[in-house]
Amino acid sequence: MMQEKETKKEEREIVIPGETIVSGEDYLPGEGTRREKEEIIAERYGLVEQSGKLVKVIPLSGVFIPRRGNVIIGQVIDISFNGWMTDINAPYSSFLPLMEVPRFIDKNNISEFMDIGDFFSAKIFSIKQKGIDLTFDGKGLGKLEDGMIVFINPNKVPRVIGKEGSMIKLIKDETNCKITVGQNGLVWIKGEKVEDELFAKKAIMFVTEKSFVNGLTEKVQKFLQEEKEK
Amino acid sequence: MIKTSNLTKNRIAEYLVHGKRFDNRKADEFRDIVIECGLSKKAEGSARVKIGKTEVWVGVKMEIAEPYPDSPDKGNLMVTAELLPMSNAKYEYGPPKFEAIELGRLVDRGIRESKYIDFEKLCIKEGEKVWGIMIDIYSINDDGNLLDAAFIGALAALKEAKMPFYDEKEEKIYYEKPTKEKLPLTDNMPINFSVHQIEDTIFFDPNTEEEAAAEGRLILAMIPGNPPKICSMQKGNTLQVSHEKFVEMLEFVDKKYKTFYSQINKLIDEAVKKKKE
Repeated sequence: MMQEKETKKEEREIVIPGETIVSGEDYLPGEGTRREKEEIIAERYGLVEQSGKLVKVIPLSGVFIPRRGNVIIGQVIDISFNGWMTDINAPYSSFLPLMEVPRFIDKNNISEFMDIGDFFSAKIFSIKQKGIDLTFDGKGLGKLEDGMIVFINPNKVPRVIGKEGSMIKLIKDETNCKITVGQNGLVWIKGEKVEDELFAKKAIMFVTEKSFVNGLTEKVQKFLQEEKEK
Repeated sequence: MIKTSNLTKNRIAEYLVHGKRFDNRKADEFRDIVIECGLSKKAEGSARVKIGKTEVWVGVKMEIAEPYPDSPDKGNLMVTAELLPMSNAKYEYGPPKFEAIELGRLVDRGIRESKYIDFEKLCIKEGEKVWGIMIDIYSINDDGNLLDAAFIGALAALKEAKMPFYDEKEEKIYYEKPTKEKLPLTDNMPINFSVHQIEDTIFFDPNTEEEAAAEGRLILAMIPGNPPKICSMQKGNTLQVSHEKFVEMLEFVDKKYKTFYSQINKLIDEAVKKKKE
């Protein structure tokens, strides 16, 4: 625990919704904040980050807000004549049209390809008033056949992935598992043995618990080595 | 809300066949159990039970009531459960739903049929006035196996409870000055077991993932004796239970009964003692 304190360079301030972060015309409100006259007020619970004039809040909790281009993992909840109604852990309804699946599917029997309850990874390609549209067009997207699903806090996803995917690459290499991290907080893990998958799950949970620590990648590397020796 | 996936379920089942579980427990192993007593000042008896991350609060409240016509010389017992949305995203506010009603009734039946409470001693005037015991269960955190936690909580709260002072002339209960008298309890302390089944394997004490994946369930309340007797039984969930499986489940419970009974008994006694000091 001592080490953690030493490596922590500066304590970032935690704010709650409605709290004034800074006041003055010099600052600009960024993500998770709004301006009210002179003051910049937090709209989410999280850490304050200032870069020059811009003030923003990095959220620590809350729901997943979908953005175009996000890769997510979802579940089929209903089947219609031209696609699948899905649940992607977001506060909006989402739909995967038959046309967006790049392979032949019997139109009269689309449940053969994916049935209610099945999981898939997909990309968000449009967000409209009526809901979210998904697509399978992309590398590694499609129905998830095997492995296991782990639920994490969607706000911790950037930490699990790391800078340019460094963290997830480390976990993948050390555990010999295939891992897909959905931006919505669902993680799919598939390894050769169940033990490998549980090991990867443990590592991901370690990252989400220690997400506030600086120099996390080295810590995770150490953790993985220690666990391997056991 | 997305529940435990069928993919994870397959993995759990696969792993259980080899007698292993995700958190390194054996099939008949419980998570750590913690019992605390005397948390509420307003209740006659109260307890907090933790099984792993699952947490339940139970309170016992006494009142003077009219006996039911079919048991004019016996006290009343009422068990209600409230599953708070705070404890798990699958619960919602509003009137109690299936799970809450079932939980309350299972605890009620287990305690009633075991004759753990001597109801005849709760009678004040036959046909007119008896003591009524109300047990309220609140889920603080639900990480699976709420039932066993609630049942242990009810036992601990009953054991800790003290009768309030009742003035017969004024016909008024003085809750603020409790007597030293305990509730009339017998030696038949029931112990609840919920056996869960995934595919062909059976196990105790599921966590959220395992509970969502479980297909079959058998609930037994047992009282001491040689051999221990079953006082209440209920089959839950969707899976059919064959005769062989049923016998296997009973043997599974029988094997665990002795150690688990003494463990719970000891924990409750310690918790009640600790509160006094």
